[in-house]
Amino acid sequence: MINELDTNIKILKEALNPQECINWVITPESGGVDVFIGTVRNMTKGKRVVKLEFEAYEIMAINEMTKISVDVSNKWPIKKMLIHHRTGILKVGEIPVIIAVAAVHRDAAFEACRYVIDTLKKTVPIWKKEYFEDGEVWVAAHP
Amino acid sequence: MTKSIKILAFGIVKEIFHADSLTIELEESSKVADLKNVLEHKFPLLKQLASYMVAINNNYALDTDTINEKDEIAIIPPVSGG
Repeated sequence: MINELDTNIKILKEALNPQECINWVITPESGGVDVFIGTVRNMTKGKRVVKLEFEAYEIMAINEMTKISVDVSNKWPIKKMLIHHRTGILKVGEIPVIIAVAAVHRDAAFEACRYVIDTLKKTVPIWKKEYFEDGEVWVAAHP
Repeated sequence: MTKSIKILAFGIVKEIFHADSLTIELEESSKVADLKNVLEHKFPLLKQLASYMVAINNNYALDTDTINEKDEIAIIPPVSGG
C-alpha cells in the first residue's frame, strides 16, 4: 500500500445518512471530499418503478468492497474512504448507496470516487429487483 | 466417491432453485465447470441468464478451480448493486 487508507465499509438495513458519511471522511489532512449518492429513480425504460429491493451476499460483498479500497489506496493518495450500501425495500427517492472519499487534492477525490462506484456496480455481489405496476424483474439478470 | 456440497443462491438464482440454498452430490475432485454442468442440467433456466459466476469461500472462482467439501459455494448471477 502506498498510503495508509482509513475505510468505513458497511451494508445496512436502515436508511443511509449522507451527512454522517461526509462527517466521517473529513480529515484535517484532506483538501476535499467527493461524494456519490445513488437514489432510486422513478422510471426504467419508460415504465414506472414502484419500489426496489436490494439483496446482498453480505460477507462476499464486504470482501469485494475491501478489494476496491485496496485498489484505491494503490492508485490515489486518498486518506479516508467510505462505502455504505443499503439492503431491503427502498422507495423512489431513497438512497441505496453512498460513496465518500477524502483526498489531499480534488483530482484524486473525483477519480477515486468514480472508480469506486463503477467497480462496485461490476463486482460487488448485490442485486436489485425492480417492482413495476404490472410485474417485477431482477435487473441485468437476462441478456 | 461423491461428496455433498451446499450451494447458496442469491437474486434470481433463488427463484430458479426455489430455495436460498441446496445440497448436491459431486464427484470427488470436481471442479467449478463440473458443478456448472450438474446445475445447468438440473436447472436449465441458469443457461438463460446473461452470465453467472461461482464463488468459493467468498471469492470469484475460475472454471478450473477445485471444489472441496467444506468450501462455501455460492452462485452469483449478474450483479446490479449501486
